Amino acid sequence: MDHFRRTSRSVVLLTAAIAIPVALAAPAYAEDSFKLGVVTFLSGPAADSFGIPARNGGQFVIDELNKGAAPAPYDKVGFGGMKIEPVVIDENGGATKQVQELRNLYERENVDVVLGYIGSGDCLAVAPIAEELKKMLVLMDCGTPRIFEEAKYNYVFRTAAHATMDNVGLIRYMKAKNIKMDTLSAINQDYAWGQDSRADFVAAAGQLYPDVKLQADLLPKFGAGQYGTEISALVSAGSDVVYSSLWGGDLQAFILQATPRGLPKRSQLVLSAADHVLPPLGDKMPDGTIIGARGAYGLMSQKSPVNDWFFKGYQNVNGIYPVQAAYRIAQSILGLKTAVEKAMAKNGGKKPSTDELIAAMTGLEWQSPGGLIQMKLADGHQAIQPIAFSRTKYNPDLRRVDLVDIQYFAAECVNPPAGVKSIEWIKGGMAGAKCN
Amino acid sequence: MVFPVIAVTLFGRVLPTWTLSLATIAASNALVALGIVVLARTGNVSFGQGLFFAAGGYGVALIANNWGITDAVAQMLIGAICGGLLGLVIGPLIARYSGIFFGMLTLALSMVFYGALVKTTVLGGSDGFNVVRPSLFGISFVDPREADFMLYAVSVVTTGLTGIAATILFRSEFGLASLAARENNLRVEYLGISANRIITINFVIAAVFAGASGAFALMAQRHIDPQFAYWTTSGEFVFIAVLAGYQSASAVFVASLALELVRSFSNLYLPNTWQLVLGVFLLAVILFLPRGIGSLWIRERRKRAGVSAETSAAVEEGVPS
Repeated sequence: MDHFRRTSRSVVLLTAAIAIPVALAAPAYAEDSFKLGVVTFLSGPAADSFGIPARNGGQFVIDELNKGAAPAPYDKVGFGGMKIEPVVIDENGGATKQVQELRNLYERENVDVVLGYIGSGDCLAVAPIAEELKKMLVLMDCGTPRIFEEAKYNYVFRTAAHATMDNVGLIRYMKAKNIKMDTLSAINQDYAWGQDSRADFVAAAGQLYPDVKLQADLLPKFGAGQYGTEISALVSAGSDVVYSSLWGGDLQAFILQATPRGLPKRSQLVLSAADHVLPPLGDKMPDGTIIGARGAYGLMSQKSPVNDWFFKGYQNVNGIYPVQAAYRIAQSILGLKTAVEKAMAKNGGKKPSTDELIAAMTGLEWQSPGGLIQMKLADGHQAIQPIAFSRTKYNPDLRRVDLVDIQYFAAECVNPPAGVKSIEWIKGGMAGAKCN
Repeated sequence: MVFPVIAVTLFGRVLPTWTLSLATIAASNALVALGIVVLARTGNVSFGQGLFFAAGGYGVALIANNWGITDAVAQMLIGAICGGLLGLVIGPLIARYSGIFFGMLTLALSMVFYGALVKTTVLGGSDGFNVVRPSLFGISFVDPREADFMLYAVSVVTTGLTGIAATILFRSEFGLASLAARENNLRVEYLGISANRIITINFVIAAVFAGASGAFALMAQRHIDPQFAYWTTSGEFVFIAVLAGYQSASAVFVASLALELVRSFSNLYLPNTWQLVLGVFLLAVILFLPRGIGSLWIRERRKRAGVSAETSAAVEEGVPS
């Protein structure tokens, strides 16, 4: 009897664990709403820096669109009158889990489009799956140029420029500001983002600073947190410039440990993607550091009705100004909205099919808070966008790090033209770049 | 025993599409966990099965991309061979250790492989690379549902047959000698059997299972990255083995499927706290079913079997005789 009771209790437990979610999974499907899968880091090392700002940005934009409160040309409710119904998923857990969850979003939740992904490995993994399922996928942030340079996709779009412009733009900024760089040291994380950023920066430096000598070239592991030995090496190398693509907690730790040891005074620090650590670091951020934000984002964004709406609205809701990830999801959602409405104008106001949506999205251009986004590369599937760089200057009155010396670069000045692989474009002298 | 395998395979025809790929991953994970169960019967737990999982996956991916071998069965065999070969190299060295030393060494080796993969930019470094979709006997499947069903069928049949083979192994002389090696390997040596050899063979079997599983995981997601060898991946396989208990091969599959389902739905409904749900689920199983999910049906069968099975049950439960 005791055995039986124990067994039946366990059976109930197990059945409940499996059956309840299965029963809940019955898909709700409506013609007058647009179901949007949103994937971003809600846990893990990238959550604080990118994932949560992206979620907050996405939530803000979707709420405003559903209320019809966004400025023209985004003043229609939702997507062309259809309310947006987001289904948010955590990107943490590795590519295997992402592939599985992407399938579940399309096949079980019947979402119309999936939008998101910050990690490059995740983007590489999910793109072919969406292509196979013939469902539309919009990648919002991931950096690697490999996605469209190694494969051709019909159902996959990336609404942000890839990482090449971060480093090409940075070198162009340094040249424009006459930064002396006879010697260079670099510190980057030992994983794809760090390795690729380093390769792009060194290659671009070789073009505009042909005599530059690479001194300390450090690759600490991702999430190291302690940079004592690395800082010693950088200080003793004493290079003119120290380049880094660190981000998030690693970058904060590096700055906090490097500043007391005088590294920022000895060498010019140039950081390719550092705007998101300015609010947490505050006055700990050394003045005069050159930083990028992977776009004309945050304090470097340009004034426009769309940007005023986004910047102020986001700040009111979240109590902090938006940084790169929030901008990236905003430009992604606004691009999708433009595509949906373009497709609806063509088919007479019906909810567009995936094929109609794809036709509308290919080669699209739209205004975003971070400037004009143009789907110009990879046969209209990969975006290019303008980028800005600047120097930090702490503002004690506002108690925040202000950005000065801001310079903008046009999209076609820092992005490769269509049909050329990024690293070959850089090594070939960045031919065809249109700078003015 | 073959009947349930066929039934489960045919059941895939009526399952909704999303469950097919989920079940493929579950079957693939179950295969590694089964290897851990095989090895655990010698008293050693490997915390580094991700090493063979990744070896199988990378081996298959490289061969597929360079020589165009996309057949699902061939890929599964290639994965098993890659895992097995590596197991043959490492097994004899590691069989000399036991307990925590064994566990830590396997973990260390898998992390060495992970570190090497992250630094190998030719293989895409930490981002990994993509592989073309698998075919079967010269047929390539264009319809997503058919492609998913093909993979589901191949993985379920493979895992099912492996489970049957493992059950036979458990009851064989060698399988019982493995249990004896766990209890007292000195006594086993006095009986004239090499305990090292027993552990090595079980280790290689576990490596073969993990290699084949890596091939399935690769076929299901068409992408491979060093995460395959990371310790959290290995840890998950050990979790499945713990959930399943060491008594039944079919329990491993059930545990793996349950884990995948709980993770998928908690991720959907509680995107901010899905890890917590997963942890509570694991705790609940450990608290209410300390001998694993397999104890749900194994216990009943044994009661029915009566006194004649008492002795063999005692052996399986590991009571020293």
